[in-house]
Amino acid sequence: MTLLSATGLQTVYGEGCSRCIESTGDRAGTNQCPHCGSVVACAEADLSVREGEVLGIVGESGSGKSSLAEQLALERDPDATTTGMVDYDGYDGNLLAVDYETRHDLRTSDIALVHQHIRDGLNPEFTGGGNVAEKLLSAGWRSYEDVRDRVQELFEATEIPVDRMDDPTSTYSGGMQRRVQIARALATDPELVVLDEPTTGLDVSVQARVLDMFRQVQREEGVACVVVSHDLGVVRLLADRTLVMRHGHIVESGLTDRVMEDPHHEYTQTLINSVI
Amino acid sequence: MTDQIMTDEPPETVEYQLRTADESSVATDGGTTVSSDTVDGETDAVDATLDALESDGLSGYNYAYLDEHTKREVRRSMLKAVAIPGHQVPYASRPMPLARGWGTGGIQASLSILGPDDRFKVIDQGADESVNAANIRRLAENTAEIETTTDTTDADLIQTRHRIPEEVLTDDQILVLQVPITDALRKVDPSDAANRRRHAHKNYGKMWVHLYENVVEWGEINISSRYPTMVGGRYLMDPSPIPRWDVPKLDDADNLFVFAAGREARIYAVPPHTDVEPLAFSDREFTVERFGGQSCHACGSTDTYLVEVSEEAGDTDRETNNTDREFETRYACNDSSFCAKRRENPELPKDHHLDRGGVDWGPKTASETTGSRKTAAGKTKSPGGEAE
Repeated sequence: MTLLSATGLQTVYGEGCSRCIESTGDRAGTNQCPHCGSVVACAEADLSVREGEVLGIVGESGSGKSSLAEQLALERDPDATTTGMVDYDGYDGNLLAVDYETRHDLRTSDIALVHQHIRDGLNPEFTGGGNVAEKLLSAGWRSYEDVRDRVQELFEATEIPVDRMDDPTSTYSGGMQRRVQIARALATDPELVVLDEPTTGLDVSVQARVLDMFRQVQREEGVACVVVSHDLGVVRLLADRTLVMRHGHIVESGLTDRVMEDPHHEYTQTLINSVI
Repeated sequence: MTDQIMTDEPPETVEYQLRTADESSVATDGGTTVSSDTVDGETDAVDATLDALESDGLSGYNYAYLDEHTKREVRRSMLKAVAIPGHQVPYASRPMPLARGWGTGGIQASLSILGPDDRFKVIDQGADESVNAANIRRLAENTAEIETTTDTTDADLIQTRHRIPEEVLTDDQILVLQVPITDALRKVDPSDAANRRRHAHKNYGKMWVHLYENVVEWGEINISSRYPTMVGGRYLMDPSPIPRWDVPKLDDADNLFVFAAGREARIYAVPPHTDVEPLAFSDREFTVERFGGQSCHACGSTDTYLVEVSEEAGDTDRETNNTDREFETRYACNDSSFCAKRRENPELPKDHHLDRGGVDWGPKTASETTGSRKTAAGKTKSPGGEAE
């Protein structure tokens, strides 16, 4: 069953004009409108995520992956003009048009985002446990012991040393901070988790362990996921289906195996050849 | 043109200006040597002006020191604060004849609602005798022609710094609390803009994390003052630096509480019979201070908020100049006026002035405590039990 479907997602930085969309994208070979100078971060993007499914989004830097992910995760950039329609199973109406409070509630209980930058997602002054507990407390948990038990359970599931639970997050290593973010995202059993570049700044062995852990937790919890990465390896490991983006447009989509083995679009072919 | 101006001004001023003009012309005519007559003349003129002011007394000021516009502004903010319990209402805080942070908000609130028939009490951390309290009382006495009192039950308006009196307040009374920091959330985020957004959306997750981490560190919530408190199930409020002991008194009280901050120019209020709930976990409850069964050394009370005082033992011989003088730690009631009453009558309950029983005021109700006073030593006093 479709959990989330999006049609015509578009994010424009700048004033924008009537010719922005036709003058950018794959055909034009740029994401900046030659007429008004606005940057079309993503446009004409349609996608859907089924329950428990992992959708991968790949593309080079500046291809609009993060803009798309932020829209799906209800993250708002005040500088951008966004349009489009997002249908979510648990909410009646367009997700992009919700008010602050509904958005806050949905972000607390239904849709979680693991930020690309740790600073955006975690409060370094709080303890690691406190960062995870914030999600539970915001969702209305009022028993200290319950919160404590749940945080401990999440730390074990995400393979963070439980002894370090009460240390400030700023003292954690990069890999641990990433795990705390994942633990925090999973705390309230959301329906959808959006991971924005989950392996940024991690070395290869830590990357492998974080991804392995996440794949296991994702399968156990059956949570749907959108994974954004420039790294084809990450998407190949996690995603059931993959979208390839370039110049703000989706240029190819399909089952991950099909995209990897039989890329149709010229850009996807280059991308895959450059990796393997 | 000069004539024009002069005719516009009141006659007294004209006379004065004419005279000084004459005298100054005399002085310049006299060259460099200034005659003593001239100096005396000038001094006389100044003295006369000062005398005129002096005889005016404080009638030169508006009633209750503040001008009517200011009072109206403060009252209007107070009404708004009463309408939205716990919400911080901005007001135009005026400069006062003492530094901001010394009770300027409280004074503006008190003087705005004082009337000639009111009896005014000022306490500073439980004491009527502190210099600041005495001076605020005197300002009100001089400018508003009101009577002052130190008896809580006798006062119509009580201005207080960091305490709520032990004796039960009634629906005829208003308590004005001086507030140094208005936003409870500032502890977890210094940005007022972000905190206002949090208040608007009742988004207090960050404060809960603060409490969670407090329990992680200490085993219980050990915020000593400014305990974050939910008002009417909607706004998180900083109850000013009252001890935890006083926080339960805010809940469902008969009287109005007005919180006024001069420096931050904010007024907020807890109207009578409002639900006020200190934030706490269902399994880590809010607790008040514990005194380990101690009683006040002066009146013997065990059901009042006690403070520790380090004093020389009673009969030390000062003459011998003995440097090994013993100091002992004693406990004393913080509310000095109630302590004085208890010294007269040790069994005096906190609701002695009320007709009805079962008044819920503070950590222990008066009816519960009257029987167990003094004998309660050794028992834990707090409803929340021992620390873990």
